Amino acid sequence: MKTFKGRAVVPGTAEATALVSHGGFNTLASYQKSLMFGDKTGKCGDQNNPDLFGKPMAGTALCLPQTIGSTTGGMVLYCAHAMERSPACLLFSNHIDSLAAAGAILADVWTDRRLPTVDCLGEEFIKTVKTGDRIKVYEDGTVEIL
Amino acid sequence: MELTKEQQQILDGEKGDTLAKIMKTLVMYGETFGAEKMVPVTSKMGHLVTSFGLGVMKPVYELMDKLIADGAVSSQKFSVDPRPLDKNVPSDPIKNLVFKKFMYSAQESYDKQLEKLGLLNKNAYTCTCYLDEIGNTPEKGEVLSWAESSAVVYANSVLGARCNRNSGIIELFGSIVGYVPYFGLLTDEGRKATWVVEVKTSKTPEAQVLGSAIGMKVMEDVPYVKGLSEMIGTELNDENRAYLKDFGAATASNGAVGLYHIAGLTPEAKEQGESLIAENAKTYVIDDAELERVKNGYPVMWKDKNAVPKLCFIGCPHLTLAQLKEWTEKISAGLAAKGLKKVKVPTVLTAAPDVAEEFSKLPDAARLKATGAVLSYICPLMYMNNPLAGKMPVITNSNKLRTYTTARYYTSDEILRIITGGAAK
Repeated sequence: MKTFKGRAVVPGTAEATALVSHGGFNTLASYQKSLMFGDKTGKCGDQNNPDLFGKPMAGTALCLPQTIGSTTGGMVLYCAHAMERSPACLLFSNHIDSLAAAGAILADVWTDRRLPTVDCLGEEFIKTVKTGDRIKVYEDGTVEIL
Repeated sequence: MELTKEQQQILDGEKGDTLAKIMKTLVMYGETFGAEKMVPVTSKMGHLVTSFGLGVMKPVYELMDKLIADGAVSSQKFSVDPRPLDKNVPSDPIKNLVFKKFMYSAQESYDKQLEKLGLLNKNAYTCTCYLDEIGNTPEKGEVLSWAESSAVVYANSVLGARCNRNSGIIELFGSIVGYVPYFGLLTDEGRKATWVVEVKTSKTPEAQVLGSAIGMKVMEDVPYVKGLSEMIGTELNDENRAYLKDFGAATASNGAVGLYHIAGLTPEAKEQGESLIAENAKTYVIDDAELERVKNGYPVMWKDKNAVPKLCFIGCPHLTLAQLKEWTEKISAGLAAKGLKKVKVPTVLTAAPDVAEEFSKLPDAARLKATGAVLSYICPLMYMNNPLAGKMPVITNSNKLRTYTTARYYTSDEILRIITGGAAK
């Protein structure tokens, strides 16, 4: 087991399977198709993201450096969360970006369920974690790769 | 974060629960980035990114209904991104059915919500709200609560206004309470460049490819670009503003750039020069080979990679009046040179409704029509979201459209050759 300590942007607990994006996560490109056509598993539609393209994102521990792309990003993430298609938690190796932060905070303030979000987990975290690993997230921003 | 008495009262719910939740969202958002205060929004108008009424995005429209019901509407007028539908754009009955019944079924009701929330007017649907014809042009130093990555990067870089890369909904919240958290691109420190980009190409680079290369490299950082003003000029004019519009949109969509400085050209670079470059800034050299490498790396998402293009979009972001005139001239001349009257690929040029209206008063409008190309106010991105459209071989000179959809990228010269009956290369 390996442990990493980040900052809890939205504190919460989660246990889920890792889905790892080594490049920036483009929220609109990743979610637009699945939101539009009732795909409850939230399959990633971003053709430019070879790590995630075609893989279901709902309920995963999404590990990423940061999000990129359209400024609808936060709204799309909020919507995915309200429709129960968001990842179980968001784990950023870098400092969180403004769009992802907006999405996680909108989900926190305007829905009944939290979207636990941890950032600043460090370069080592994204290098270590592999898609398929079991992940446990604690309130204080501690992340365990089980 | 330290709040003023008025801001604290809003947060404490003295002006109602909804405004309190809006303020809470903005405070949490600011604190995530170390903001110590909220500052007033000083621009005359806002700009929203969400223009589409996607039937399935119920949570967003329910939130808008709640804002309207509780009187939490924008304290400033705003423009909004382009509409997703236009009957002038080539389509077919099945696509139309998918568009209207399954996808954008909430369009009419969302348009009404926007009017109630503070939409400037019925023409205010464009991603290029900052153009003179639309009139939402912020002054240097003004603080904005905008979203739309291409508009934010333009306002920051070319106009010298101050705006973070806000998300949809957050930008509206800032316009409702009239305050935004002070961090990032609002601060002098946040506007310093952490990358120096040296452009060493043999000719003026294609704006959309240069922007893409820089966006992919610097991600959300601020680049200071040297070697470009020698090619596009040291004073802002219609031509280089359009270049920077397209360049910036590519930096913002292929990466997450919210501000760039062009040495010797953009307002802050002209005033402050290399003092804008942060200590330990990294360097990225771009030459012809690097641009070629980036361009060749774009994946082609067509099933049949040799398919004949069925549609062409020019204008993501929306075209300026000068660009519309230029394209009209180029297409007309290209067809004439081949003895053709009409474009060989159905072609849609997109521009803001106000720009299209100005264009329609010019003799160029009839010339463009004669080529068979269509002028529309549509958002090509929203059109391409239709899975039926997504399966079509569509070509574009927009790197933003390429990034988000299955449209295939070609340079403007290549596009011109294809639509006027020649091969791509």
